[in-house]
Amino acid sequence: MPSATKLEQFVGFRERVEMLSGENVFACYQCGMCTAGCSFADEMDVLPHQVIRQLQLNNWKVLECNAKWICASCLNCQTRCPKGVDLSKLMEAMRQIYLRQQMDNLELNKYSIDQIRCLPQIALVASFRKKTG
Amino acid sequence: MNNAAYFPGCSLKAEAGDYERSAAAVMEVLGQPLEELERWTCCGTVYSLTDDDLMHQLASVRNLIRAQECGADEIVTLCSMCFNTLKRSKVFIEQDSARLETVNAFMDEEQDYEGGVEVFHLLEILRDQVGFESIEGKVTRPLSGLRVAPYYGCTLLRPREIGIDEPDTPTILQDFIRALWATPVEFAFQAECCGTYQIVDSPEMVLEKSHRILNSAMRAGADVLVTSCPLCMHNLRLCYEELRSSLPEKRELSIIYLTQLAAIAFEVETGELPTSMAKLVEGLPTSMELVP
Repeated sequence: MPSATKLEQFVGFRERVEMLSGENVFACYQCGMCTAGCSFADEMDVLPHQVIRQLQLNNWKVLECNAKWICASCLNCQTRCPKGVDLSKLMEAMRQIYLRQQMDNLELNKYSIDQIRCLPQIALVASFRKKTG
Repeated sequence: MNNAAYFPGCSLKAEAGDYERSAAAVMEVLGQPLEELERWTCCGTVYSLTDDDLMHQLASVRNLIRAQECGADEIVTLCSMCFNTLKRSKVFIEQDSARLETVNAFMDEEQDYEGGVEVFHLLEILRDQVGFESIEGKVTRPLSGLRVAPYYGCTLLRPREIGIDEPDTPTILQDFIRALWATPVEFAFQAECCGTYQIVDSPEMVLEKSHRILNSAMRAGADVLVTSCPLCMHNLRLCYEELRSSLPEKRELSIIYLTQLAAIAFEVETGELPTSMAKLVEGLPTSMELVP
């Protein structure tokens, strides 16, 4: 997990996330529907609705959560959000803040050729798109 | 079908060859053979969720241009992920003329994309253009007694704006299964995520998610699970291999593509089926007359 130290001086963090995602984080009223329906919430250190809360509070430390890498954009939260917030786009924005600074989250070098051969190309390409810049 | 071009995508030419072969055979029987899009390229696999860059939409737009070049007004996909990526990119680009202009100006080696190429998943074609009644009419070996779990996954249904059915209560696969005289088995995780591309670096997590899906389908009494996504297929089959040793004898679940199910009901040969599926097929009545 790359550190967020470079991001410590991050000013206008919330605005940056909103610009990247095109979402308004203040639309969220913390009902928790996103977390309730999330298939991956049990794997996340910060739960989906908590991610949005921290974004509202402009707390850049939320960038360090593993939730953004775990979210697979299945869009259960997006279809069920009563306020029309697309959390998958907020997660993508947080990933992009890392990826656009060459802080990738996938190291294929540690895989053997045989391991890679066992993976379908659709999974590899999707991982590159989500976890490398 | 209107003037439609079939977009295969990478998986259909590799891992999911059985999906392509069975879909081609089934569409042949239905009198609407698939015609492959010329010079297609990768769709981009996952839709780019950022609002500030258009770069990641180019792969999809290039394929829309390919369709436009050959005079096709529709693209038909078999892969759910290709469907989602192509359709979302199309909507995103066409929503705003400035986006379309920028993309066209950037891809100066291509003809301009004028907009208007529609993107469909094969299931939508089967429902809206062929019609499930026509499918029923082509059945020569009814799948009566076969209990089939419809597994949608994510990308066919979500987001709502592009999905082929209601995201939380879809029925299109159930109707398709009924048209083949089989019995659809409702189960809790039919539209939950299998874990998708996380199989690359978090296989344990994916196996856990897939396990829930398979368990839920088997508990509901399914003999077969059908899907339309090559990545779900990979994850579910991998998980099933692990799960198998712990299953009681004779308790099996065959995981196949939806078009393989139709190919069985139409009695067209499309290559090998999983052993458990082949066994189930042997047990089916052989002609329409046997069905009361």
